[in-house]
Amino acid sequence: MPENDNAFQAALSLILSLDPVLLGIVTLSLQVSLSAVLVGALIGLPLGAALALWHFPGRGLAVTLLNAFMGLPPVVAGLMIYLLLSRAGPLGSLGLLFTPTAMIIAQTLLVLPIIAALTRDHIGALWEEYREQLHSLRIGRVRAMPGLLWDARFALMTVILAGFGRASAEVGAVLIVGGNIDGVTRVMTTAIALETSKGNLALALGLGLVLLGLVALVNGTAYVIGERARRRLG
Amino acid sequence: MTDLYHPGVPSGQPIWSPSAPLLKLKGLTYVHQDTVLLHEIDLQLARHGITLLLGPNGAGKSLLMRLAHGLIAPTSGDVIWHTQPDMPPLLQAMVFQHPVMLRRTALANLTYALAARRVPWRRRRALAMETLERFGLISLAQRQARVLSGGEQQRLALARAWVLKPEVLFLDEPTSALDPASMRAVEEAVHAFHAEGTRIVMSSHDLNQARRLADDVVLLCGGRLVEHTPAERFFQGPRTPEARAFIRGELIW
Repeated sequence: MPENDNAFQAALSLILSLDPVLLGIVTLSLQVSLSAVLVGALIGLPLGAALALWHFPGRGLAVTLLNAFMGLPPVVAGLMIYLLLSRAGPLGSLGLLFTPTAMIIAQTLLVLPIIAALTRDHIGALWEEYREQLHSLRIGRVRAMPGLLWDARFALMTVILAGFGRASAEVGAVLIVGGNIDGVTRVMTTAIALETSKGNLALALGLGLVLLGLVALVNGTAYVIGERARRRLG
Repeated sequence: MTDLYHPGVPSGQPIWSPSAPLLKLKGLTYVHQDTVLLHEIDLQLARHGITLLLGPNGAGKSLLMRLAHGLIAPTSGDVIWHTQPDMPPLLQAMVFQHPVMLRRTALANLTYALAARRVPWRRRRALAMETLERFGLISLAQRQARVLSGGEQQRLALARAWVLKPEVLFLDEPTSALDPASMRAVEEAVHAFHAEGTRIVMSSHDLNQARRLADDVVLLCGGRLVEHTPAERFFQGPRTPEARAFIRGELIW
């Protein structure tokens, strides 16, 4: 397959020469996904911890919904945000559709349930272990929360990385709410889909390699954090 | 303050004085899933001293301490702490059989407890270091608490209780999983707490330990209070057949 060989070589030279188009797409992808993960963590960590610590009517339903939303198909998340932000939608007046902000919102919707649900698991287990001691120290749930989040920090870092993995790898949501506009809302995944269908395999493959490297980096980091935590904290 | 490893002789004041109880348990009952685990316990503990809770496994020793400490609520009955009016509630601490170590350094385990007591953060580190020194743990200050040995963890748990300067300290079988050296360290710590005027309530399986430490003994059996007597009298001539059997090492239930 000489043509593919050429595409692979072309892809590598695009990466190594820091091609501005490729670089622009990678930068936007990182901006969107990192912002989504940041917002998702700021909401998801306290939300997950609160769900672990407090028992209230409807808690079971909330947890079930959260777990179900972990498997939310990205296209459905995209559609929901599309309906919300489209001209006729409730938030249409903000004019956010087909902007990076819309993409951040859509990816946050994908990432938030993962972070909140996994945080609930970790904090719940830790609370189970700490509860008597903290109760003995007369520390209530509200005062316990920051300490629990801190003590679960290594587990929670891998949770956040899992969220980042999901955000950076999805196509459906950003495609629907972003529109894959060249130079504005084109990210790695949507660009790969488009360039492949156009036959521009070099750029598609180049982006694919970067994405693959990113995913490998995220998983490697998660592994290293987990191992270090196990060794250090016992 | 006395050095932990050369604890002062416990003060010579009357140690078992039923006239001025610090803690009163009245008809304390705890039922879990239709099983009566504690049955109408009436108990008065004097203001000073070391009380040893004895009894076989499942007698309700841990449960009684958890109820008195306020970790769980009784099904019925009352836990009454006699403090002077207008005074804040007594400062209490508890050391568990399996110490709960926060996933932090040994030092941070102490500063966390100080933060819980709302000690200003500027003073926390110095107080914590001083306490680690006293408990012979200074070289482990920066080590993660959860990788310490069982004996070190229990000493750290005692140090964590120490920084709280509790007026009452509950110890739930603190030496049951420890080697003799660690056990002695724990007993020395108990003496040091006592010398500071801390009221001590401790459960144990170890009759020799009870002989060494106790001012008075509470014998529980099957969720009932069998006997509460000064230690000397308990070991010389227990009143009840259960207590006699327990001292002889027979199985009772």
